[in-house]
Amino acid sequence: MEITRAELMPGVWLSHLKSDKFKTACLSLNLLTQLRRETAALNALIPYVLRRGTTRSPDLEALSSRMDELYGVAIEPVVRRIGEIQCLGFYASIPEGDFLPGKQDVLRPACELLGELLLDPATRGGLLRQPIVESEKEKLADALRSRINDKRSYSVLRCIEEMCACEDFSAGSRGHAEDVEDVHYRKLTRQYRELLQRCPIELFYCGRSGLVEVTECLTDALAPLQRGEIDDDIGTELRMNALEDHPREVEEAQSVTQGKLVIGYRLGECMEEPDIPALYVFNAVLGSGTTSKLFMNVREKLQLCYYASSMIDLHKGLLLIASGVDLDKKDAALNEITAQLDAVRRGEISDEELAAARAGVSSDLRSLLDSQGELEGFYLSQALDGADYGPAELAELIGEVDNARVRAIAESVDCDLIYFLTGNGDEEGEDADNEL
Amino acid sequence: MRITSFDAIGETLYEETLPNGLRICVVPKRGFLSSYAVFATDYGGAHRRFTVDGEQRDTPAGVAHYLEHKMFDLPDGDNALNLLSANGADANAFTSSDMTAYYFQSTDRFEENLRMLLHFVSTPYFTDETVQKEQGIIAQEILMGEDDPDNAIYYRLLRMLFDHHPIRDRVVGTVESISHITAQTLYDCHKVFYAPSNMVLCVEGDVEPEEIVRIAREELGEERAALPCPDFGEEESLLPVEASVTEFWPVSAPQFMIGAKLRGEEKGPAALRQRLTAALALRLLLGRSSPFYTRLYSEGILNHDFGTETDFVAGAAYVLIGGESQQPETVLSELKKAIADVRENGLSPERFERAKRASLGARLRALEDFENVCLSLVSGVLDGYSALDAISELANVTKEDCERFLTETFRDERLAMVVFRPEEKGER
Repeated sequence: MEITRAELMPGVWLSHLKSDKFKTACLSLNLLTQLRRETAALNALIPYVLRRGTTRSPDLEALSSRMDELYGVAIEPVVRRIGEIQCLGFYASIPEGDFLPGKQDVLRPACELLGELLLDPATRGGLLRQPIVESEKEKLADALRSRINDKRSYSVLRCIEEMCACEDFSAGSRGHAEDVEDVHYRKLTRQYRELLQRCPIELFYCGRSGLVEVTECLTDALAPLQRGEIDDDIGTELRMNALEDHPREVEEAQSVTQGKLVIGYRLGECMEEPDIPALYVFNAVLGSGTTSKLFMNVREKLQLCYYASSMIDLHKGLLLIASGVDLDKKDAALNEITAQLDAVRRGEISDEELAAARAGVSSDLRSLLDSQGELEGFYLSQALDGADYGPAELAELIGEVDNARVRAIAESVDCDLIYFLTGNGDEEGEDADNEL
Repeated sequence: MRITSFDAIGETLYEETLPNGLRICVVPKRGFLSSYAVFATDYGGAHRRFTVDGEQRDTPAGVAHYLEHKMFDLPDGDNALNLLSANGADANAFTSSDMTAYYFQSTDRFEENLRMLLHFVSTPYFTDETVQKEQGIIAQEILMGEDDPDNAIYYRLLRMLFDHHPIRDRVVGTVESISHITAQTLYDCHKVFYAPSNMVLCVEGDVEPEEIVRIAREELGEERAALPCPDFGEEESLLPVEASVTEFWPVSAPQFMIGAKLRGEEKGPAALRQRLTAALALRLLLGRSSPFYTRLYSEGILNHDFGTETDFVAGAAYVLIGGESQQPETVLSELKKAIADVRENGLSPERFERAKRASLGARLRALEDFENVCLSLVSGVLDGYSALDAISELANVTKEDCERFLTETFRDERLAMVVFRPEEKGER
C-alpha cells in the first residue's frame, strides 16, 4: 500500500491509499481549525447541521433514502480533536462496486453527495435553517451532558478538563454543554461560510479506485468550493511541566459504588524533540496491555482493581493513568501506580517486559494496515504533523527502542493532577484532605 | 475438508470436524497482515444447571465467567495471556450468556500463538489459593457493571421479560454467588463444557486451512466426550413478567429500553432466516432511514443514542430497543402506532427494496472485521447454519416475512419498558 498526496485545490489535500483488500472504500473529509473554547461547540455543530439536509435532499428521510439506494453508503458527521486542532467533517463508507449487483459504481454518486453535504445545505433565506440548528443544539448538549453516564470515560475527561483548565485542550473535541446555548443560527451560518474559505481541508481515501478517478470525482464534487486565504497557522500549545509544585487534587462525588482514579501527567521535556517510538514503548511497558507493570501489579498482584491502564496523547504531550478501585483503596492504588512509574524511571524494566512491549506495539501498528478506519486516523494525524512515514515503517523503529530510551521518557514525566470520582453519602473512609 | 466458495463476496470457507468432535472453520485472507483466531465453547452464564452422565448439577451464578478468568493460569506458574502478549499477540476472552470465547489477533508467530491458545484453554489448572485470589478482581468487575447504567438497564429489562430463564441473571454473577466458587467447581465445569466436542475453532487471516487442522489435531486429545445437556428451565410464555418499571439513576437524561420476547427457531437454516428477517424488519421499522426514527429525531424525541438488537441466546430470544429520550412514553406509543400502521397498510415495497440494498452494504462492511466474521461463524456453527450464507439468503427474505415478524413480536401485551430517570427527583 502506497500513500500518495495530491493538492486538489488551494489548501485541499488528498491522501490516497490504493488497496484491493477491502470490500468497502473509505473516504473522509476534514476541515482543520484551531481548537478554542469559545468556538469549539459552534464549530462542532456544523457537520451535524449539514447532515440534516441538502438543497436536493432536504430532510433526513430523503438523505437516508438516497444513501440506502446506493447500497448503504454511510456518510456520517465526525468531529474530533487532534492536539489542539479541531477536525470537522464527514466519514464515508462506500461499498466497492465489485461486490454489488451489476458491479455498480457508487463512488461517484457518493462523492457527489459528500460535496452537496459540505457545500449545498438546505437553507432558508440563505441561512442555515433555524429549527434544524436548534434541534442539533439540543442533541449536542444532550450528548455532552450524557458523558456522565459512563463513569470510566467520564473520569478521564474530567481529569483532562481539570488538568488543562487554562488551555484550549480542555474544550474537548466538541466544547461544553453550556457553550451550546449561545449559538445563534446566523452566527453559525457565518462561521460555516468562513471555515469553508479559510480552513485547510484534508481528504483521505482508501479503496480500489485509482488516484486519477478519485481525484476527478472529488474535484467535480468540490468544484463550487470558494477558497479565500488559507489559515495554515494552526497547532498545539505544549505545556512541559505541571502547573503547580505539587500535583493538584480534585475529588468529585456521585452515587457510585466503585471509585475512579485518574492521574494526569505532562510528558514533559521529552516532547521538545519527541522520540515517538520510545513514547509508544514507554506507554506499553507502563500500562497498556496485560504484560504492563500496571496490569501485572495493580491488578494481578495486589488485586486493587479490575482495570489500571495508561494512555498517552502525543500531540498534547499528556500521560493519563486510569483505574477503577474500591472507594477506600484510592491511596493504595495511587501509591502502587506511583511506585510502578518510579520503577520505570529507575530503568527497572526486565528484558521480557521490554520485549513484550515492543512486540505488542509493533503488532498493533502493523495490524493497523488491515483496518481502513485506523489507517484514516493514522494518516490524518500524519498529515497534521507533516510526517511522511507509514505504520509499517514506525513498527520497524519500535524494535530498536532500548531500556535507556524508555527510561528517558519516564524521567521526563511530571505529575500534574490527581482526579478521583468517589461515592457520596454513606461510604466510610472518606477524608477531605488526603495526603500524598 | 469441506470447501465452500461465496463468489458474490469473494470469500471461501474451509470446514472440518475432527474425530474428537471439534468443529473448525477457516477463512483465508490473502494480503492481510494480521490473523485472528477464536476458540469458543458452547458454555456461558446461563448454563448453570445441566445433566451429565445422567446426573443433574447446579452451579452458582458466575462460574463460566470465573472459569474464563482462571483459564489463563498454567501449571508451571506461567500465565497464557502474558505468553501471548510477549509474542505481540493481542489476546483476550469474553463470556456471554451462552458462549465463552478465547481469542487473539497477531501479525507474527501465528502458529506458536495458535498452539498456545489451544493448549491453555484445554489445560485446567486451579488451586484454592489462585481461585480465592481472583475474587477481588471479579468483585471489582461486578461493581463496575452495577454502576454502569447501560449494563444495569439491560439486566433490569431481562428481569422484566423473563420469569425464570437464567439469562435474567448477570453473566458475572454477584459478589455473593462467586464466593461459593472453588477450584473443584471450576474443574468440574471445565471437564463438562471444554471437551472439543462442545467447542469450535475459527480462524481468519493469511493462513493455510490444512495447517490449522493439523495443529488442532496435534494439540488436542482424540477422545470424543458426550455433550452436556443444559437445563434452562421450562419454556416461558411470550408475555413479560412486568410491563413497566421506572428507577432513578445518576444519568444526564432518561434512558429507556423496550423489549419483547420471541420464540426462537429451531437450529439450522431456518434460524439464519429468522435472524435475517428480524434484522431487516427492525431496520425497516426503526432504522436510521425509517420514518419512525427520522421523524422522532427531527421532533427532538430521539437522538443519536438509539438502537435495536435481537439476541438468540441459550434457547431464549428477544428484541431490544434502547436509547435516551425526555419522553420515553411517547417513544413507546409511537412504536405502537408504527406497528398498527404495518398491520393495516403493510410495509412500503420501495422502502423494502431500499432497505435490502442498504443491508447488503452494511453486511459487506461487517465482513471487514475478522472478529465479527469469526464470532458470527462460531454462533452459526453452534446454531446449525453458515454465517457466510447471510448475504445470499438475505435475497430470499420477503416483505411479508418482515411484516409478520413485526406485527407478531410487537403486540401490545408483549411489550415491556424500563426507564432510568435522572436522580434529582428521587432516590435510587
